[in-house]
Amino acid sequence: MFEWISQPWPWYVAGVFIGLTVPTLLLLGNKTFGISSSLRHICAACIPAKIPFFQYDWKKESWNLFFVVGTLLGGVVATQFLSNPNDIVIADATRAHLQENGIIDFSGMLPSDLFSWESLLSLRGLVFMVLGGFLVGFGTRWAGGCTSGHAIMGLSNLQWPSLIATCCFMIGGILMTWFGIPFLLSL
Amino acid sequence: MTKHADQMVETGTACVNESAVQKPWYSNLKYLVVGMIFGIVFVKAEIISWFRIQEMFRFESFHMFGVIGTAVVVGMISVQIIKRKKVKSFEGELIVIHDKEFNKGQIYGGLIFGLGWALTGACPGPLFAQIGAGFTVVIVTFLSAVLGTWVYGKFKDKLPH
Repeated sequence: MFEWISQPWPWYVAGVFIGLTVPTLLLLGNKTFGISSSLRHICAACIPAKIPFFQYDWKKESWNLFFVVGTLLGGVVATQFLSNPNDIVIADATRAHLQENGIIDFSGMLPSDLFSWESLLSLRGLVFMVLGGFLVGFGTRWAGGCTSGHAIMGLSNLQWPSLIATCCFMIGGILMTWFGIPFLLSL
Repeated sequence: MTKHADQMVETGTACVNESAVQKPWYSNLKYLVVGMIFGIVFVKAEIISWFRIQEMFRFESFHMFGVIGTAVVVGMISVQIIKRKKVKSFEGELIVIHDKEFNKGQIYGGLIFGLGWALTGACPGPLFAQIGAGFTVVIVTFLSAVLGTWVYGKFKDKLPH
């Protein structure tokens, strides 16, 4: 049993769990699934600065903050107690492509060549971590949701604006992956 | 709908449902537990992996498409049952899911988020799970995402919607 748990979980197990988060939150307290809103609540709680967009009672939405703290703790539990001892296995084609572009370390979930404190102040580190994070926060709020709020919750509720948003997430990601990242890895 | 909920709808955030019942803070702990399970799944299915996101955007693996596709199908069936049967939450409220209104932000913002998703290998959920998984430098990415959200809020009225 434990052997099985510590292996990487297949897509259909993960998909069912993530899908079930939608009715779980609705049943527990009439909450619609969404994660990027937590970033807005953090702004409202910490740096409201008289901006109307952040002037609301974030405490009423605090369930969302409990949820993301839980997600962080889940990351701790999975890594400390249920960890897979082996290297991550990814498609040969992806691995070969990344190796050609200078990624050496395939041992963790994130390549240490890009995501580490040492590389934070390099140009590459700034682009991947700092600019990347900014685009995630700015883009999700402008779009009114992220992969959870639009792609999973919105599509589950058959919302066509969410379908448009999801297509745009994919187009942005494809453009960056095919044209941006090969260039950025050469920096 | 309360004034608060009105404002949240108007400003286009995803979470608009608000209970009229006042509850103590610890009633939120159940969401912490659901979040934990969610975070464990994210790590165990390698959804937090930058490599997995690269695989997806390069169309070289089915894994992430399988995860998202299954999640949408399971979510869709659940939501349809809840809506058709007019199911109430455990707290006794009728479950309401607000429709999303189209605005151009879903296009511009969506494209921008996509660029960031490929760079960081994370949407907002996995950001939290990555930090928990021990990638402490992702705290910087997270703070940058908070800043990005703040800058959006600051310049919201000047952006096309």
